Amino acid sequence: MKFNSGLILGLITLAGVLTAVPVRAEDAPASCEVPDYLLTSESSLPKVADAIKNNRSLDILVLGSRSSTINAPANSSETTAYPGRLQVALKEKLPSIAVNVSIEIQAKKTAEEIAAGLPKLMEGKKPVLVIWQTGTVDAVRSVDPEDFRTAVDEGVVALQETGADVILMNPQYSPRTETMISAPPYLDNMRVVAQQHDVPLFDRFAIMQHWNESGEFDLFSTFHGVELAKRVHNCIGRALSQFVIDAAHINPAQQN
Amino acid sequence: MTSVADQISGPPLAANAGVVAPDALLAQPEAPAIARPVAAERELRLDLFRGLALWLIFIDHLPQNLLTWLTIRNYGFSDATEIFIFISGYTASFVYGRAMRDVGFVVATARILRRVWQIYVAHVFLFTIFLAEISYVATSFENPLYSEEMGIMDFLKEPDVTIVQALLLRFRPVNMDVLPLYIVLMLFLPLILWLMKRSADLTLALSAILYAATWEFDLYLSAYPNGFWAFNPFAWQLLFVFGAWCAQGGAKRMSRLLSSPITLWISIGYLLFAFLVTLTWYWPQLGHLMPRRLEQWMYPISKTDLDVLRFAHFLALAAVTVRFLPKDWPGLKSPWLRPLIMCGQHSLEIFCLGVFLAFAGHFLLAELSGGAALHFVISISGILIMSAAAWLFSWYKHSADKSTSRTKGTGGNADMAGGGA
Repeated sequence: MKFNSGLILGLITLAGVLTAVPVRAEDAPASCEVPDYLLTSESSLPKVADAIKNNRSLDILVLGSRSSTINAPANSSETTAYPGRLQVALKEKLPSIAVNVSIEIQAKKTAEEIAAGLPKLMEGKKPVLVIWQTGTVDAVRSVDPEDFRTAVDEGVVALQETGADVILMNPQYSPRTETMISAPPYLDNMRVVAQQHDVPLFDRFAIMQHWNESGEFDLFSTFHGVELAKRVHNCIGRALSQFVIDAAHINPAQQN
Repeated sequence: MTSVADQISGPPLAANAGVVAPDALLAQPEAPAIARPVAAERELRLDLFRGLALWLIFIDHLPQNLLTWLTIRNYGFSDATEIFIFISGYTASFVYGRAMRDVGFVVATARILRRVWQIYVAHVFLFTIFLAEISYVATSFENPLYSEEMGIMDFLKEPDVTIVQALLLRFRPVNMDVLPLYIVLMLFLPLILWLMKRSADLTLALSAILYAATWEFDLYLSAYPNGFWAFNPFAWQLLFVFGAWCAQGGAKRMSRLLSSPITLWISIGYLLFAFLVTLTWYWPQLGHLMPRRLEQWMYPISKTDLDVLRFAHFLALAAVTVRFLPKDWPGLKSPWLRPLIMCGQHSLEIFCLGVFLAFAGHFLLAELSGGAALHFVISISGILIMSAAAWLFSWYKHSADKSTSRTKGTGGNADMAGGGA
């Protein structure tokens, strides 16, 4: 019996691999195409706009969990994960500005744990913009969405008190774990907090879902490699750079 | 206990103005309670909509696809869960209420508990399938992009705790929340029915008070490893009790209210409003049309605690449906609606099958990295399999098990009709 089910699984997997091959064969550079409405926000980033207008350096802090890194050997994550890609893309778009993206990874911590540690964490840091990526750990542990909302709310307030603009970034779209992790309550609550504090929300979930549906990336893939992760992070970094510039209401052409 | 049973089956209703005679109200309000209809005809509309709810729940449990756009949650606040719980409350109260009158409180309670046991076993069965699926994914899937999401597998490290928690209904994976809710609601059905025999209106009022208290004092049931029940039974009981109340004559008494054009227009107006609001969820481009003030007042619309907006949306939907779909609508006998009605008549079995098929569909989609076409095929096949299974269950009931059901009489098929999850 065990042998049989193993065989069936094996066959199904084989079929999956066979059908997946043509998709992977075309390793063309990703276009990172994202519909406009996913990259526009009603909320703005006044501090970022101010820094860019006055030619001050743009210090960005990415506060995230493990999905803000790529778990790869040789520790190349610094440059290949989306924070690194964001820095590259912003430098391209704002050549006259010094852009520094630093990363603060708080692995396996819920929003509540992070919010509680924020005052200490932000001590001595003066970023212009904090990009807070959160929600995944909470969704995995199915934290009470109300508690999650309160925590994100407090976190955003604490970050704003340091004088920084804030962008919220929601979890990744992960089709493979969709039956196991319920993301919607966390996505909804992040949207609510973003609205209440007039903070832009970078909808990573919707963007990745769009890529999966448009065929840009096959996120169902069982492929055991970092290539896909690198390409996705590259696109997220680029989309994020566009999102930042858009929300700052800066026309990059004027900066040159 | 016997005195309770006596009181329930005792005829002199007029003596106690507060007591509502369910059958009398359902059949003909003026008639004395003893002259009840021999065998009330099945309310096919209930079966139809419960069947529809089951199909929609199945489609909603699959990843987004073309058919998802047909499900009602895209057009308003409430979704198939509301329909399901309301109709379950209605039929359970109708069937077991009659059993309580015919055979007494103790026997009826025993039957309800047997039904609860069946639902519990079904839940454990689904959990086993879930465990198999998640273990497979854990061992075969290692995409560095999702190393964080794979944290969900952590519970596999201590299966002893997890499995015991699942048996206690405290550990419930995604999409497996409805049955635990249903188990708890059914467990309290004897109490609900007992109270309703005294005063249906009072029971409904108590239920509404509990609902309000849930919001006021933040009552909830905790879950494992943390969090709480995704469907808060303290809040969702309102819908179940409301369904039970309708079955105990409430529907009849509301008929004047339901046929009033004012109700109709309020309902239509509210449905339209909900539709416009949901439009802004799916086309964020329209988001700026929503007044900020309204957004802040309205959101988040809690599904866990059955938000008032959701409850009201369900009421409006029900009011409009009852209005335009009369009980004797000839379409109910049409062969095209047979599959839906049959699914609604075997709801527990079909519900479980639906959850299982959703798991299987997910699995196939993942393994075959299928596109929209495969997705569509899986959705349609799922519905066909559910309909075929419902037909098979009907065949068992009417043909294969005929000899036994004849000897059991009315009491026997009360269970079958009843409880339906």
